[in-house]
Amino acid sequence: MRDVAIIGVGMIPWGELWEKPLRTIWAEAAVAALEDAGVDTVDLITVGCMSPGLFVGQEHLASMVADQIGMAGVPAARVESACASGGLALRNGFAEVASGLADLVLVTGVEKMTDVDGADATFALGTAADQEYEGFHGITFPGLYAMMARVHMARHGTTVRQMAAVAAKNHANGLLNPNAQYHLKVTVDDVLASTMVADPLHLLDCSPITDGAAALVLAPVDRARDLAGGRPVVKITGSGMATDSIALADREDLGRLRAVQLAAERAYAMAGRKPSDIHVAEVHDCFSIAEIMVTEELGFFPPGEGGPAAENGLTALGGRIPVNPSGGLKSKGHPVGATGVAQVAEIVTQLRGEAGQRQVQGASIGLAQNMGGSGGSSIVHILEVAS
Amino acid sequence: MTVGIIGYGAFVPRRRIRLEEIAAVWGADADSYRRGLQLHEKSVPGKDEDTITMSVEAARRAFVRSGGVDPAEVGAVYVGSESHPYAVKPSGTIVGEALGINPEVHIADLEFACKAGTEGMYLAQSLVKAGEVKYALGIGADTSQGAPGDALEYSAAAGAAAFLFGADEERILAEVVATYSWTTDTPDFWRRAYMHYPRHGSRFTGEPAYFRHITNSARGIMEKAGLEPEDFAFAVFHQPNGKFPIRVGKRLGFTMEQLETGWLSPWLGNTYSGASPMGLTAILDVARPGDLILLTSFGSGAGSDSFVFRVTERLPKVQELAPLTRVQLDNDKIHVSYGEYAKLRGKIRMAE
Amino acid sequence: MISPARSWREAPQRYRLEAAKCTGCGRVCYPPRVVCPSCRGRDFEHVVLPREGNVVTHTVVRVPPQGFVEQSPLTIALVQLKDGTRLMVQMADVADPETVHAGMPVRLEFRRINSDGEAGVIYYGHKAVPA
Repeated sequence: MRDVAIIGVGMIPWGELWEKPLRTIWAEAAVAALEDAGVDTVDLITVGCMSPGLFVGQEHLASMVADQIGMAGVPAARVESACASGGLALRNGFAEVASGLADLVLVTGVEKMTDVDGADATFALGTAADQEYEGFHGITFPGLYAMMARVHMARHGTTVRQMAAVAAKNHANGLLNPNAQYHLKVTVDDVLASTMVADPLHLLDCSPITDGAAALVLAPVDRARDLAGGRPVVKITGSGMATDSIALADREDLGRLRAVQLAAERAYAMAGRKPSDIHVAEVHDCFSIAEIMVTEELGFFPPGEGGPAAENGLTALGGRIPVNPSGGLKSKGHPVGATGVAQVAEIVTQLRGEAGQRQVQGASIGLAQNMGGSGGSSIVHILEVAS
Repeated sequence: MTVGIIGYGAFVPRRRIRLEEIAAVWGADADSYRRGLQLHEKSVPGKDEDTITMSVEAARRAFVRSGGVDPAEVGAVYVGSESHPYAVKPSGTIVGEALGINPEVHIADLEFACKAGTEGMYLAQSLVKAGEVKYALGIGADTSQGAPGDALEYSAAAGAAAFLFGADEERILAEVVATYSWTTDTPDFWRRAYMHYPRHGSRFTGEPAYFRHITNSARGIMEKAGLEPEDFAFAVFHQPNGKFPIRVGKRLGFTMEQLETGWLSPWLGNTYSGASPMGLTAILDVARPGDLILLTSFGSGAGSDSFVFRVTERLPKVQELAPLTRVQLDNDKIHVSYGEYAKLRGKIRMAE
Repeated sequence: MISPARSWREAPQRYRLEAAKCTGCGRVCYPPRVVCPSCRGRDFEHVVLPREGNVVTHTVVRVPPQGFVEQSPLTIALVQLKDGTRLMVQMADVADPETVHAGMPVRLEFRRINSDGEAGVIYYGHKAVPA
């Protein structure tokens, strides 16, 4: 296997992009990544996108977007693992470069979510849950995480204030990210005063509906050194993926996210790293409780300590392990297919030392964790500055 | 051959709306309704309860009391209702499927205003008596609607009763002693196709309709069976409100002691096809061996079916096996506001 | 929306709670599966789930998905039945959702779940009511 580096990062401002169609936001992110990398062609394009069929009525997406940047002819594939589609697009691109099947790969993620109304968006997202036996009864994603939250609260004493602290922290980080959807100061009390969506989760415990795209360019490390132009070369040292039942009824332990734990184990093993080696992490905070559970599964904190850690500032910028310096899904936005790619874009930016006000000082090893549905899939990548 | 009820069950929705809650919305005098119709509150079906769901639950209770009858041996299912969820597509097939009765079974949905339930019972016991089927299920269930502001809105309620008939001597809880029907064409109450709410002839629904049919049917069956009112331990008549069944019962010569056990309407409302059958379940819940029971239904249009039952030694052994009707009526109630009621009954125009 | 064929196909599970029990390890699969997720066995016996159980965890969905607006708020619970099988169901007849708690005894009743609009097929199944 060859060592693989990320030589280009493309991010655009996320939000409710009323003026722009999917193809445009995708192309803007793709072009930004290619320019950042200093390349004008690639051997492969991967596209992480959860549900273009339901959100914009478009399938056969990879061919369509390849053509949008004048790359008709280049192999292109859309991959899907619900909200972990972006992470999967990276993992597939990584495998192609590592194996030697491709040299340059454009890894992208995109979701255009605001062309449907809230009910249709909820339905589209809901298809990531077991539709026949769980969605059938009216459960929503906030509801599924709310059920897991209750188990976590009962087992560990996790509190709604601790969950709210996650949201407040991520909004504080988002204030420092010009690409974030929301630039809002949110306090713990604001979260607790917001509308109840699915008890015990409030509106401000939930990530928003977002239009957005993100892109990366991958290359073998040797090639990356040539193209780096003096910037740090960031390589992918670990990639792990795991699945779990998507029906909560089939989960053995509702207080755990087993796919996250397994994916992390695999990524740590490949990288030869342990949780305490990580300087900065982007994790899948689709709901505040998710960040608490994920930071435990990643081994940053023992089980039950994720909530207190958030409340005590251990995951804030300047804390022991800064989590979601980008603002996370909560503040940066959550265009589902784009999220996993944007997480890695943030880690690369951090490891290059280009994160500006939200820079985690001295960060040279970072981790990105992406998650599908209510934990039915998870993908973890470890990135390091190449020596 | 002796044919009888071998299992019975009732289902009462938990929600109720008080008379005052309805009257306040329309500026009506609640006290006059309470005195005049002897109504206090009525059952309200949840958004997830309909004739089919209540039929299934009532029938499951009938099977529990049947001493292990295999649903696959039931040869006929009749669901009587004026609120079948589909205008075209049977309720009974869903009920049969849920109970595990299908596919070797004769199924039909019946409608005859408030007497569709006793029609199903009549057909079920007749087929067993004829030897056509081993067991047969007759169900009366309704989630009836009165037009907002109409007098019917104070009474139209929801509930179900199910009766399993058979001829196995050792299973019979109450044998059918006699049956009798008295039917005319009397347009006292109707609902045209595609209409949401029924229309009625107001006071015309009284003497020429309810009282005339019930009186003739009850007298007819007593004459046929050679029985007098004092021979009965219990009698139950169709109960569109609290007042009518007691008035007709007394007119026929029954006492309050005979009538009160099956008299559910003051606190249940009018469950239409379920009304007199649910009263019968309340009687079966407490009846003792040897007791004679008179049941006379009434369906607008109009007709009255009557049954005389004699309780066997077995009944007391099964009464407690499933929820008692009076216990369901008196406990675990959820009182709703008129706003909730309007939402539950589909009276709010929703986004298309 | 759910097609009539799909609704019809799922009737044994929805209407009668039919499941498959692995003859190898005893795991009950609801709905039935081709391969047992516990032991990968391929042989199953037909079983019907008990209708009594307890709440494992629950939530109150206050922003309902399509088709559930008139039923909202939706109290939804993960219920463990007496035989150990778990399933996701709505709670019905709960006067106050605050009273629902882990361990609460419930029983399953036949209820209307949803429908394909005003003119489409009605979906039936089971909901949990306080026992």
